[in-house]
Amino acid sequence: MDEMFKPSRRAFLKGSAAVAAGSVAGAAAAQNADPLITELQDWASYTGVGVDETPYGMPIEYESHVVRRNVEWLTASPISSINFTPIHALDGTITPQGCAFERHHSGAIELRKEDYRLMINGLVDKPLVFSYADIERFPRENHVYFCECAANTGMEWAGAQLNGVQFTHGMIHNMEYTGVPLRALLKEAGADISSDKWVYVEGADASSNGRSIPMEKALDDVLVAFKANGEALRMEHGYPVRLVVPGWEGNMWVKWLRRIEVVDRAVESREETSKYTDVLEDGTARKWTWVMDAKSVITSPSPQQPITHGKGPLVISGLAWSGHGQITRVDVSKDGGITWETARLGKQGDIKALTRFYVDMMWDGAPMLLQSRAMDETGYSQPTKEQLREKRGENSVYHNNCIQTWYVNAEGIAENVEVS
Amino acid sequence: MSKSPNLLIPALGGTAIVLGAAYGLSQRGHGADQIEILEGRVAQVEAQASTARQKAETQAARAAELELQIADVQAAATKRAAMPASLTTTAPEPDGGFGLGRAALPEEIAAWDVDVLPDGRGLPEGTGNAFDGEEVFAQKCASCHGDFAEGVDNWPVLAGGFDTLGDKDPVKTVGSYWPHLSTVWDYVHRSMPFGEAGTLTPDETYAIVAYILYSNDLIDDEFELTHENLGTFEMYNRDGFVIDDRSDAEYTEWRADPCMENCKDTVEVTMRSVFLVETPAEGGTESTMNNATADGLPSFTAEGPSFIPAAIPKVEQEESSTDQTEATPAVQQADDGDDTSQLVVAGEKVFRKCKACHQIGEGAKNRSGPQLNAVFGRVMGSVDGFKYSDAFKAAQEEGRVWDDPAMAEFLARPKGFMKGTKMAFPGLKKEADIKAVAAYIKTFGE
Repeated sequence: MDEMFKPSRRAFLKGSAAVAAGSVAGAAAAQNADPLITELQDWASYTGVGVDETPYGMPIEYESHVVRRNVEWLTASPISSINFTPIHALDGTITPQGCAFERHHSGAIELRKEDYRLMINGLVDKPLVFSYADIERFPRENHVYFCECAANTGMEWAGAQLNGVQFTHGMIHNMEYTGVPLRALLKEAGADISSDKWVYVEGADASSNGRSIPMEKALDDVLVAFKANGEALRMEHGYPVRLVVPGWEGNMWVKWLRRIEVVDRAVESREETSKYTDVLEDGTARKWTWVMDAKSVITSPSPQQPITHGKGPLVISGLAWSGHGQITRVDVSKDGGITWETARLGKQGDIKALTRFYVDMMWDGAPMLLQSRAMDETGYSQPTKEQLREKRGENSVYHNNCIQTWYVNAEGIAENVEVS
Repeated sequence: MSKSPNLLIPALGGTAIVLGAAYGLSQRGHGADQIEILEGRVAQVEAQASTARQKAETQAARAAELELQIADVQAAATKRAAMPASLTTTAPEPDGGFGLGRAALPEEIAAWDVDVLPDGRGLPEGTGNAFDGEEVFAQKCASCHGDFAEGVDNWPVLAGGFDTLGDKDPVKTVGSYWPHLSTVWDYVHRSMPFGEAGTLTPDETYAIVAYILYSNDLIDDEFELTHENLGTFEMYNRDGFVIDDRSDAEYTEWRADPCMENCKDTVEVTMRSVFLVETPAEGGTESTMNNATADGLPSFTAEGPSFIPAAIPKVEQEESSTDQTEATPAVQQADDGDDTSQLVVAGEKVFRKCKACHQIGEGAKNRSGPQLNAVFGRVMGSVDGFKYSDAFKAAQEEGRVWDDPAMAEFLARPKGFMKGTKMAFPGLKKEADIKAVAAYIKTFGE
């Protein structure tokens, strides 16, 4: 048996066995009565689990494979590393906190609300210290935003590398945040908010990750958030307070936010010079590439989510997003970009948030080269890998928003490929 | 636009036709019994007509009522639309603020506001040179970054890489890439050493930064780096950055209506994924190299794929136990029923947390942590060639030995058990994990 098909193949065979029973007989003419229906099942007879069995519920054990995963050889240590959201197994747009990707520079810390302090200083009239309780007394807002690591899809610059959408596109999550607009805190401290000023934000963990944000953005839609999807932030996402910088690269969404400093120039910290900058073909680098451009990917079928039901009705499902605003359209190609059709959006996309798209088709069992292409409200259309390479070369790590291709073979197995 | 006439016309019109028919019949000189019958009919028809009229009137009244309701709803909607802001308005921001928070004290600001700007603002007084720096670096930095700042394993390389920025895999070091020296000082002082951040004195930091510059041939070993000359030090790649120019270089081109049909003649697969990432039923990620080529895959045109590859012959699905053995490669082929071997299997998974720094098994070498073959029974801090912390050196002199309790305690709280250890790992939280990883480590002798 071909080595490369082992993982997906098992899944395929398991699935096809189940389908064979159904499809041979046909939906309307089952030949043998289904014992799951005709025989009394335990769960229909014995009682189930009582309330309070799990005061905070976890997904049922049958979903235990839907978890974050990392790629060990990418980084030197799991303490300074990243893992990936299982987007192949999710639908809709909201990412549950428990499987939303993590990225730490010195590990996730346990910081109690009681021990939390937020300082605002620098070019302000009144340098202030807020407690956690203070933060909750400012008027707050609710917004859904995606958070994408600038390195998402970064391993794919050189070619098709990782065989799974979780690994090629899983450095992203999308949550509903509750928080205080950063401008409210700036105003409270009497900050100099003239447009040539910057806001330097810093975390409380050992890495003390710090980033400089231009004042215009700081006053626009940046949130000092303390809830996600209705509940407290998880430790790994910066409990009790993180910064939300809508549409901009995840590294700026400083976790365990402890300090906001108004400064007269960018600090040019380690993360904003040596790391999150984009080396171009000639060796020069772009800096301050904050916005995440429009991007999309088909999450199913994909290598971890093969077609297991054979020919017939097939739901193609995927995600699209743009740091410039709303997704207005997603096109899907089944032939590697020769012909495109416009997909159906699950619902009208929120601004700077994930949008779900679907193409409902009858699959005839022929191989496909599946691609998706997002368009945002600025009219920007997601580029191909070739177009990106023409502009930037292959030296970069970050901001790879290329069109992804999955080769789906006649058996329904999907594979990460590059096409001409 | 009342609906009432529409409702009434069919009802009244129907009655009129029936009445008209009865009148027509009475004009034709029929017998008395027939007249009686007809009179009865007329009475019936009149009764029906009356019922129909009543019904129609009720319906008309109801319709008029609904009309009014619709008008109300429309008026309310118009009113809402005319309102200056929607109900989901932004959070209010009163002038003068909320009076929340308290004044930050000068000593609090001094403790936290330690960032350094490119022009050197924010630097504390101090001085250091590469000669002093070498010693500090060897002690505090070399376990990850190497004695010569060349980087160990996947840890960052700090020196060299000049003239590689135009390559496909540029070596971005402090020397070749970092535009400002302030960034190096700021980062080392605030965030390093890994696992002991914030413990370096200003002079130690100046010395380490000087040593990194020296490793990059940017200064000689007598150069004295101070708070006065750091802000004006010119880095190699100081002019290597441009501010984000995507809006000119890319957006102008890509903000266009994309092609929908016949966008290409043919499409070929040019590359297949290099790393296969498997999603095992449980546990972490296994990735293996994929040697597949693009040969044998169909090309695509607007007519579809050039051919449909023959399906790979189906292999009979074996019992799920086969899957499990495949999903946990490299685990000893031990008898499954044995408790110890199960512990070893579990321990191998736990050991993934250790692998970044520690090697084990045949040919294991010291990395950022010592190799771990035959660690049980060995004197602490005794692996040849590994640069131990002072804490482990002391333990070695005392002749302390790694046994089960010591290892368990160390793994649970490394820094609690051995204060001063360089091991950055925070510890294993579960006792079961500690037992399992110990059992796994024990399977490797010399």
